[in-house]
Amino acid sequence: MRLLIQGGRLVDPSQKRDGRFDLLIEDGRVKKVAESIALPRGAEVLDVSDLVVVPGLIDMHVHLREPGQEYKETVETGTRAAAAGGFTAVACMPNTDPVNDNRSVSERIIGEAEKYGLARVYPIGAVSKGQRGEELAEVGDMVAGGVVGLSDDGFPVGSSELMRRALEYSRHFDLAVIQHAEDLTLGPDGVMHEGEYSTRLGLPGLPGAAEDIMVARDIVLQQDCGGRYHVAHLSTERSLELVRQAKTRGQSVTCEVTPHHLLLTDEEILSSNLSTDTKMKPPLRSEQDRRALLDGLVDGTVDVIASDHAPHHADEKDVEFSLAPFGIVGLETTVSLCLDRLVRPGLISLARLVELLSATPARILGVDGGSLAEGSRADVSLLALDRQVTVNPRKFRGKSRNTPFGGWKLRGRPAGTLLAGRRVEP
Amino acid sequence: MSGWRRKDLLTIADLSSDEIELILETAESFREVSRRPVKKVPTLRGKTVVNLFFEPSTRTRSSFEIAEKRLSADTINFSAGSSGLVKGEGLVDTALNLQAMNPDLIVIRHAHPGVPQLLAGRIAAGVINAGDGAHEHPTQALLDALTIRQHKKRIEGLKIGIVGDIEHSRVVRSNIHLLTKMGASVTVGGPRTMMPAGLGKMGVVVAHDLEAAIDGADVIMMLRVQMERQSRARFPSVREYFNLFGLTRERLKAAKRGAIILHPGPMNRGVEIASDVADGPYSVILEQVANGVAVRMAVLYLLSGVRAEEA
Amino acid sequence: MPRLGKSATVSTSATAAQMGNLKPRRTILDSAQMRRTVRRMAGQIIEFNGGSENLMLVGIRTRGVPLAEAIAAEIERMEDVEVPVGVLDITLYRDDLSTIAPQPVVKETHFPRTLSDLVVVLCDDVLYTGRTVRAALDALIDFGRPKRVQLAVLIDRGHRELPIQADVVGKKVPTAAEEIVEVRFDAVDGSDHVEILELVG
Repeated sequence: MRLLIQGGRLVDPSQKRDGRFDLLIEDGRVKKVAESIALPRGAEVLDVSDLVVVPGLIDMHVHLREPGQEYKETVETGTRAAAAGGFTAVACMPNTDPVNDNRSVSERIIGEAEKYGLARVYPIGAVSKGQRGEELAEVGDMVAGGVVGLSDDGFPVGSSELMRRALEYSRHFDLAVIQHAEDLTLGPDGVMHEGEYSTRLGLPGLPGAAEDIMVARDIVLQQDCGGRYHVAHLSTERSLELVRQAKTRGQSVTCEVTPHHLLLTDEEILSSNLSTDTKMKPPLRSEQDRRALLDGLVDGTVDVIASDHAPHHADEKDVEFSLAPFGIVGLETTVSLCLDRLVRPGLISLARLVELLSATPARILGVDGGSLAEGSRADVSLLALDRQVTVNPRKFRGKSRNTPFGGWKLRGRPAGTLLAGRRVEP
Repeated sequence: MSGWRRKDLLTIADLSSDEIELILETAESFREVSRRPVKKVPTLRGKTVVNLFFEPSTRTRSSFEIAEKRLSADTINFSAGSSGLVKGEGLVDTALNLQAMNPDLIVIRHAHPGVPQLLAGRIAAGVINAGDGAHEHPTQALLDALTIRQHKKRIEGLKIGIVGDIEHSRVVRSNIHLLTKMGASVTVGGPRTMMPAGLGKMGVVVAHDLEAAIDGADVIMMLRVQMERQSRARFPSVREYFNLFGLTRERLKAAKRGAIILHPGPMNRGVEIASDVADGPYSVILEQVANGVAVRMAVLYLLSGVRAEEA
Repeated sequence: MPRLGKSATVSTSATAAQMGNLKPRRTILDSAQMRRTVRRMAGQIIEFNGGSENLMLVGIRTRGVPLAEAIAAEIERMEDVEVPVGVLDITLYRDDLSTIAPQPVVKETHFPRTLSDLVVVLCDDVLYTGRTVRAALDALIDFGRPKRVQLAVLIDRGHRELPIQADVVGKKVPTAAEEIVEVRFDAVDGSDHVEILELVG
């Protein structure tokens, strides 16, 4: 089975390539990359002359809700959304019901994903049993079941002792510990960023310090224990600065940011008239924080862009702002938002975006991907840079519609994915 | 200002100074109605007003109810603790049920900010916010303004000090919007543990002791201390609160001579305000109550002329 | 288009302006005629009531008020008695509130003394459909129990929609429904006159 991907612009920072290249795929792997490849006998041709070809994009922070909350999303609909959104792989967080703190849940998730073959699913295992923050989950067993990282996401690892042990123990498996950084005792009733707009709206605040305190503590622990520490959905200027300093010291600390924290601020809650689709954790922060995150994106402090895709049923979101669950979907908007708002204005290059959305997440998770070098697995994403798109949540492939980006007009969109050389039909 | 065009009264933040002026002028006319031998006019005859109180409130609810009855509206009271409201029905279903009864106006008090907006977007009836969490309480700010105007003849150029639990007060937020829109200069004061972030961006001066907050003030507004805040480490004791932030006759000397004192009620005597000050000559607290009825009549009257399709 | 009482006097000029331009068609009363008319009305009121004892003039806002004041001044000149003048705002008693938007401005009602056992003479500039007077009567009753209520109008332009007639009429003016009667008082408008206006455009 051979496929010639012909005429596209290949952007593959792992090979320092950005230009017109043909790719020959054979048996699911990249056989050859060259400026022009003659069509081998019996090969199919995929003409991508108006498209950009990049290593398969990986969203390393999503919630697929299965098992337990299939009314919000399933592995099937979540991977369908991923494929439609231009991703060949996602890493799914363990806050399912039951929690993914054991091998059987991990295997079930991977099995479901393989059944549909829409995108690869890499489960993130819970740090602690039941995500209760007390005792370590059976990490070794979960790794055997396919887990590629550890997190109690949805909840922070609050106990310093547990974080210490998690960092230590994760080293046996070279897993990143992914922290939802939040000191829950600070701003305990908070529903939005604490600042001018929470004051105007009379809503209880979530201070940025709650995130910073956790990031600072964890960086201290990582310094002593080693291990790979990754800050999930980092959202404040000071947390970013803490990560920057840790990196300067040579610590193994990485971080991800979400498109919504890069593009929206807490003002959106007021201007959207308290739309519950502007409510998530961490909350939309101040303009100063947002600008700092953009700087971090440019100077390399930010390692990854991830959506924190968090589907919720419309009935759950259609309530008082204070009572609505935190979270928004992102799998089907992330690529267009990044192309239109980050790459098109020249903030970052396309090559840098590929690092943020593919090469670096692959490295942090320790999974195959992030490169289209000869011999690598042919997971490929195609992008149409000049295609206009208006975000229409009703057309999402995922089950839920909770996005603040509905109606946004964006230029640039995903144009298909290949998994091991096979076209995915989302 | 050619007339009132809004279906709802949700926040003071949304209003222009012309709209505020129109409500105040209308309220001034309505003050007279309450002094008539027959304190009832047929204006809202055949209109249905629903008072939807998800939080207990005796004052605001009875003030609205009197205003409604004086305008001859048919009033229905729902309060948390009665009817289906507490049987786990979501707000959106409550809204749909109310809509099916086709009321003309809904007065709503709710613990969560933004609920009146949520309701207003779902329902054809006009919605009046009677307090949503710590967000806004528009009719309170309007009745405060009416009271201030009565005594000081104007709002523009006045110095107004507001003291107390700023963070949890909807009264403060509505008052800050109203008073700054009408050209007053506002200083807020209170314990730092009850002072929300970024308040300065709302156009007020922030002070941290009582004297600084009321220094040279024409008008002093004292806020109710919610005792339950004590257990959440916002202040150590009622005694200490009074010692630091209670308005006493001695401390009143920092204000301008003839300054008037307002309080949205209900008062905690000996906590935020000493009894002799509350009952003293400059206290206009009971006039506020009377003006509350006039303001609410004015708002009900103005909103009743706007139907959903026009708004 | 709201059609209340005299329809478009100056108080509804905002509405009239929205409809198009008003052009004077003919003058009904000039300044001197108006003064004489008011004087005659004052005389009739005194005659009607056998003097000016226990009398109160109540002007219906807006231009019933200067009329009531002008009549009171005339009575005072003739009889050397100060007649109390009240001000009645009928907005809250209008029967068309649910059909017009936005709500008309509400102004204060004020009586110098209680109405009981007084003869109240309601004064208005133009009598038209009769609906203003109906509202005024309802309002008046809520303030007390006058011994008698009479109605004095400067202009009766016809087109009644209710069985209401004035006791004292300055001038009867047959009009077409689309015409507008504009009454101006020196005290509030800077000149005295009554004109018929027509709508153009």
